[in-house]
Amino acid sequence: MPVKKVPVYINKKKYLALPGESMLSVAQRNKIDIPHLCWHEDLPVFGGCRICLVEDSDGKVLTSCTLRATKDLAITTDTKDVQQLRQQNLQLLLANHQANCWRCQQKFDCPTNKLIEKYQLDFSAIIKTKIKEKIQKLNVAAEINPAACIACNQCASICDQIGIGYLQLVDQGTLTTVETSKDAKVDCIYCGQCTAHCPVSAVHEQNQLADVIDSIEDNKKIVIAQMAPSVRCSIGEEFGLAPGTDLTGQCYTALRQLGFDYVFDVNMGADITTLVEAAELLKRLKENKNLPMFTACCPAWVKYVEFYHPELINNLTSARSPHIHSGGAYKTWWAREEGVKPKNIVVVSIMPCTSKKYEARHTKLKINGLWPVDHVITTREFAVWLKQRRIDLDQLPVSDVDLPGQYSGAGAIYGASGGVMESALRTAYEQYTGKALKKLEFKQVRGRQGIKKAEIDFGDRQLKVAVAATVRNAALLIAELKNDPQAYQYIEVMACPGGCIGGGGQPIPHTQKIVSQRTAGLYRHDSKMKVRKAHDNPVVQDFMNNYIAKLTRQEQERILFTTYTVKKKFD
Amino acid sequence: MKQNIIALLQKNQIIGRGGACFPTALKWQSVKKAKGKRKIVVVNASEGELGLFKDIYILENYLDQVFIGLQTALDYLNSTEVFFNLNKKYYSKISKSLMRLVEQYQASGYQITIYQEEPSYIGGEETTLLNSIEGKRRQPRIRPPYPAENGLFGCPTLVQNVETFYDIAQVAQGKYENKRFYCLSGKIKKRGVYHLANDLSISEILKITNNYPDFSFIAQIGGSASGLVLRDDQLAKQKMIGAGSIEIYPLTIKPHELLYKWFDFYQQESCGHCTPCRFGSYQLWQQIRKKKDIDWEATLALVNLMQKTSFCGLGSSLAQAVNSYYQNVINYYAS
Repeated sequence: MPVKKVPVYINKKKYLALPGESMLSVAQRNKIDIPHLCWHEDLPVFGGCRICLVEDSDGKVLTSCTLRATKDLAITTDTKDVQQLRQQNLQLLLANHQANCWRCQQKFDCPTNKLIEKYQLDFSAIIKTKIKEKIQKLNVAAEINPAACIACNQCASICDQIGIGYLQLVDQGTLTTVETSKDAKVDCIYCGQCTAHCPVSAVHEQNQLADVIDSIEDNKKIVIAQMAPSVRCSIGEEFGLAPGTDLTGQCYTALRQLGFDYVFDVNMGADITTLVEAAELLKRLKENKNLPMFTACCPAWVKYVEFYHPELINNLTSARSPHIHSGGAYKTWWAREEGVKPKNIVVVSIMPCTSKKYEARHTKLKINGLWPVDHVITTREFAVWLKQRRIDLDQLPVSDVDLPGQYSGAGAIYGASGGVMESALRTAYEQYTGKALKKLEFKQVRGRQGIKKAEIDFGDRQLKVAVAATVRNAALLIAELKNDPQAYQYIEVMACPGGCIGGGGQPIPHTQKIVSQRTAGLYRHDSKMKVRKAHDNPVVQDFMNNYIAKLTRQEQERILFTTYTVKKKFD
Repeated sequence: MKQNIIALLQKNQIIGRGGACFPTALKWQSVKKAKGKRKIVVVNASEGELGLFKDIYILENYLDQVFIGLQTALDYLNSTEVFFNLNKKYYSKISKSLMRLVEQYQASGYQITIYQEEPSYIGGEETTLLNSIEGKRRQPRIRPPYPAENGLFGCPTLVQNVETFYDIAQVAQGKYENKRFYCLSGKIKKRGVYHLANDLSISEILKITNNYPDFSFIAQIGGSASGLVLRDDQLAKQKMIGAGSIEIYPLTIKPHELLYKWFDFYQQESCGHCTPCRFGSYQLWQQIRKKKDIDWEATLALVNLMQKTSFCGLGSSLAQAVNSYYQNVINYYAS
């Protein structure tokens, strides 16, 4: 039954609202600017910053985030009283933050700075409060600077929604800040959603730009850039373009301008992963062993299994993740083809993710003593770098990826929740049945739902699959498997809502609505590709058939596979 | 008795004695009406406001009456589940008699959990108290939903102050005399708790208790942090408000001393949830610490900000004290 909308009035203009919807949400939807710092459309209302003030028809000042729409409710967003009170609260809230901000130090592109300018904030009369200064590291993925924290609770709230609850507000009064859990049974999985939900960058990725720039300036190094599937359809937001705008070709041009010697693509790595993973799935199905098989592209999900559900370690695919696969390919196969020394190669991954920083530092992934990937920067770090170099990404001409970076449409959709599943199904189906797929799209595993389930017709058998986004949803599937171990044969899990396209390293603002628009960009990208199945990618065919196939089993293991171990807190 | 307890509460105009003065019968009916099999009654013995010590007085002297009131509420709601939220400092003072009563009531099928709460002002705010009991961060919840529908562990919950339970017991036993407990403190002869008629003026209370000062004074009523400040000549017409307290200060008290007391209390007690209370109280406290002269314009602006934009009643309540003091005392004598 459709819900009956009610009329409400904002600045004397009529709008329709769902009954009970917050007035801030109504305003937001209709592009009426009400500033806010603790409210996020995907999170429960917190009501702490007291910036989103409005005045009702009785002259009462209220926060629009907590004010619910009722029939004929009328509010004004900028009365004199509201303006003054809002400015006072902004000044109180940002006075401490201002001098301590990681982004402010770079003096641009800071939402907080924009607020300071827009509302002409003057901190001169405000007495600074005592602050905590100890930076808390989330492994090498992210860090929390309590000095910049405004205690808006967004990071703690999203951490809880992801299914972890590692972050929480502690202390009281002016010392209120976010802190990591001391509970030995709760550990961070480095998904970085906290960094994508911090309105003032108090929680942010650990910046690796300086290391990348050093490598580029080192003439002895051959520096390769590879960009993840999800970066191309979101980076445009940093340059004022609509979410989902595909800037693949512009990104290649930009990476060359930044000084990279070669521009490859993680999408190619995704094609390798698909081949390795599909083969493993078929093997496990045949042997009826270690089923269901779980994907392991997402290091945050892998950390979740290793810490919270070690009993599932054998169910994770042993295939490495896409950028590790491709990084390894450059430092072995490509190095041999080009006649360069692997140790001179520096691989830089540009990812929508912070946990990829953590993954890249796993010693177990080293090949002949070398990291497959040397540095990982997020989409946001990439944008900061481009802006520092005054490169207007949206204005650049497009260019092509260097040959070894060629990829299929199956690799391109890896960024979406269900994308890894769909890519693997495209390959596994054809390899299992020996028939060509009539329809490449597996629509059952697409979409923004947290859990998707499907039964795929594999000719002589049905394959039961499930896709979970967020570990909270994965936990539901794990609980289901406890009751019925045969419920599924193949499960994809990504830690972030929407998959990597909704990753913790993506541009801010970061909402589920925006994530859906970005996702549409990925599927459009796939639909335009000529090669849309990983096993049809000629580069990957060459790599697998002419290089990998000739290696010993041990050498193959080193490049294509990985292992997992039970993790204790802070491992 | 079950049938007419609501009528009796209404007839005797029983209201919440935690300070909010909400009609008790109405609160009971909302919990009764709320959906849910499990309903919980919470005793609020948090008592964190300055100048208030009546709850501990009642607990020490009339604990059996509190339990009778509690049982009345439980029986009305067909519930047996109680969380006794007790200021930690009070526990050692009453633990013997409390545990005896708990055992006695448990033997008759009631489940009573004693929760010792860290003493604080915000802890008395009912949704904060529910968070504390649940082991969550000590901060107020967004309302609605109200505790009556969705309170402790998501169940319909009746939260009531110690004195209210005492009053309910009196009503249930047909002994209610239209009295309330008054806490008298400050520069008076006999500090203490007095059980006197509801409708006395502040002057009358001071006179009856032989506490009317023989010097010029000001009084703060309904809490010594958030309460209303009045001159001695205003007290004959003023009845008690909020949670019943009167603190007497000599008229010669330095504004600096009084403001420091309030601001220090608020900056210590702010839970940190919202901007105006968290930083506003801190600014006020620092200003008064650092400067000899009081910048009234800046002070009143911050107090106004806290009043109009704070998340909960704690932050907004400071305005009553500061504004009334400014109007009734500072401004009055300046002009």
